[in-house]
Amino acid sequence: MFGDYSIGDLGSIFVMQGFAGLILFSVYVLMALGLAIIFGQMGVINMAHGEFMILGAYVTWMTSNFFQSYLPSLFSGYFFLAMVLAFLASGALGMLVEWMLIRHLYKRPLDTLLATWGLSLMLQQAYRSIFGAREVGVELPQWMLGSLHVTDAIEVPINGVFVMGLTVLITIGVAYIMFRSRWGRQVRAVVQNRIMAGAVGINTAKVDRYTFALGCGIAGVAGSAFTMIGSTGPTSGQLYIVDTFLVVVFGGAASLLGTIASAFSISQTQSTLEFFMSGSMAKVLTLLAVVGILMLRPQGLFALKVRK
Amino acid sequence: MSDEANKGLLSPLRRKLLMGMAAVPAMTMLPRASFAQAPATSAVNTTGLAVTDTEVTVGILHSATGTMAISETGSIEAEKLAIEQINAAGGVLGRKIKFIQEDGASDWPTFAEKAKKLLVNDKVAAIMGCWTSASRKAVLPVVEQYNGMLYYPTFYEGLEQSKNVIYTGQEATQQILAGLNWIAKEKGAKTFFFIGSDYIWPRTSNKIARKHVENVLKGKVVGEEYYPLGNTQFNSVINKIKLTKPDVIFTDVVGGSNVAFYKQLKAAGIDLAKQALLTISVTEDEIDGIGGENIAGAYACMKYFQSLDNPNNKAFVPAFKKMWGEKTVIGDVTQAAYLGPWLWKLTVEKAGSFDIDKIAAASPGVEFKGAPEGYVRIHENHHLWSKTRVGRAKLDGQFELIYETADLVEPDPFPKGYQ
Repeated sequence: MFGDYSIGDLGSIFVMQGFAGLILFSVYVLMALGLAIIFGQMGVINMAHGEFMILGAYVTWMTSNFFQSYLPSLFSGYFFLAMVLAFLASGALGMLVEWMLIRHLYKRPLDTLLATWGLSLMLQQAYRSIFGAREVGVELPQWMLGSLHVTDAIEVPINGVFVMGLTVLITIGVAYIMFRSRWGRQVRAVVQNRIMAGAVGINTAKVDRYTFALGCGIAGVAGSAFTMIGSTGPTSGQLYIVDTFLVVVFGGAASLLGTIASAFSISQTQSTLEFFMSGSMAKVLTLLAVVGILMLRPQGLFALKVRK
Repeated sequence: MSDEANKGLLSPLRRKLLMGMAAVPAMTMLPRASFAQAPATSAVNTTGLAVTDTEVTVGILHSATGTMAISETGSIEAEKLAIEQINAAGGVLGRKIKFIQEDGASDWPTFAEKAKKLLVNDKVAAIMGCWTSASRKAVLPVVEQYNGMLYYPTFYEGLEQSKNVIYTGQEATQQILAGLNWIAKEKGAKTFFFIGSDYIWPRTSNKIARKHVENVLKGKVVGEEYYPLGNTQFNSVINKIKLTKPDVIFTDVVGGSNVAFYKQLKAAGIDLAKQALLTISVTEDEIDGIGGENIAGAYACMKYFQSLDNPNNKAFVPAFKKMWGEKTVIGDVTQAAYLGPWLWKLTVEKAGSFDIDKIAAASPGVEFKGAPEGYVRIHENHHLWSKTRVGRAKLDGQFELIYETADLVEPDPFPKGYQ
């Protein structure tokens, strides 16, 4: 298939394709981080993850509308505020959900699956009733559109670079919170041995609530960022949920490093295959590979040794 | 509507009173006289449909919830507007239209079940409904078994024809061929890159488009790609487009993927002012989500655009906005859904009966001169004769009409040489 193209063409396409893979990688990490925290650290299967993302997207949409109407001069910077608001809104909703629903189900993991699935349906219908059934278009400031022109054939999408930068920042932030802060130590202690953690004076209920809220908040930021590359509608969250679980489960549920490694391998496989065959076929082969590897390593790529 | 309903409620009472005091027998005819033009129910409804002296019931069957609500909301709105307007103009055979709305909930078995409920329990005289081909395929055996009449609004892949369905949207050849001819001529296009969502409509449409490009236009298809429904990452295929440098990108990506595709196309530096792109899946409704700035310059091949400049459309658009809000937009399918109740009314009046068999037989040749898209006529095969139009997307989310076929295009659901 490459016979007809010049070396220059091929070179720049491989560069571009590398970027495509990296962007996909960042998208996967960003959408999986929140779930990895909730599923990995708490064992809660949060089927409403996508809806928490879309809440972030709707918050971004509302912020954008607000700035357009009242503060048009500051419009070019609204996105940063929108991400903060998205984090707060999704985090607050997460905290509420944990308090009302999840905390009653900690000893029944399969029930959390059903309960959060029900929650996702309720949230979808709530979005539909509040914002309407149609998709909304989030307007972006001019500087976030288009691409950086490197050569005639190599153009780097600005939104892709933005997502990559954001992913790096959030990953570093989460790693810092989890592995360097006092609170993170408490979270890890609760994961390893809940009873003992309680015995040494950690308020496990509070740790659970904030962990869940953090995971949901990150989902909100991801949703906010994805308004640049995807759609915002009541059911858009469903577009992400399968890939998100795939990344988290493949990486090994309780491991942050595993999530990143898994996102990297899945995204690279996917984007390379997509280039050589059609999109649907690439997806099938990627899923086959993941299933095959999970059969050999049921615990995922990386697994923490946790006392059960 | 309420006035008329009251009259209906009062008339038996009034009749009794009148009978009680009337010395003149002719007086008892008075209440009936208010329906002077309406033929007797027994004459126009021999099969037990929900038709009374004053009312006729139809069903609206779309997804008001679930993923498809995004698309189907417009159709529901259009059908309600048409029904309201028909009632304001005196109804059908002197009877007001009452509708029962059911929610297909984006779930195909639910569509079949609700269709059965509408036909068996409610005995509706017609169903305005369905949107995706999957829902139509689920409903089709039901309307055929219980002998109902379905008015289906969406442009679709063709390869279907039923006595019990009127297709008010375009089948694939009506939508695609004229558009391809135009772009080949106008842009001198020789190479085409197809990209679509992976299900029956894009695959069938692209199959027809490929045959046309290769056999008629003598061009070349340099790529044909399908992505799963709901896919949100298109960077790889965009790279392939950059590598193959097609004259035209031909797309039928749907749903949330659509939004992702155009946003990423724009971000990858593909300028639609220079790179010709022809889509058969983006209407004004979709642009709402995509954002005008992401798709401005693209060509869409449809039969209706909100911006059409004709007297019918100039009355239709304000009426629609008055009913559903200033900000609503009207896409191709919404307009086709609006045709459903009107075509049904005209057919019933032509047949002089609500009976399904008589309507089915009377449908061919029914003309609707008030269609927002302009004159339409039902073909023998229950599809519509309609024009094909090409519009160019503008920043404000509207289309500018660039080209339209001189004559109505004949519907051809089983195109020879294209299968």
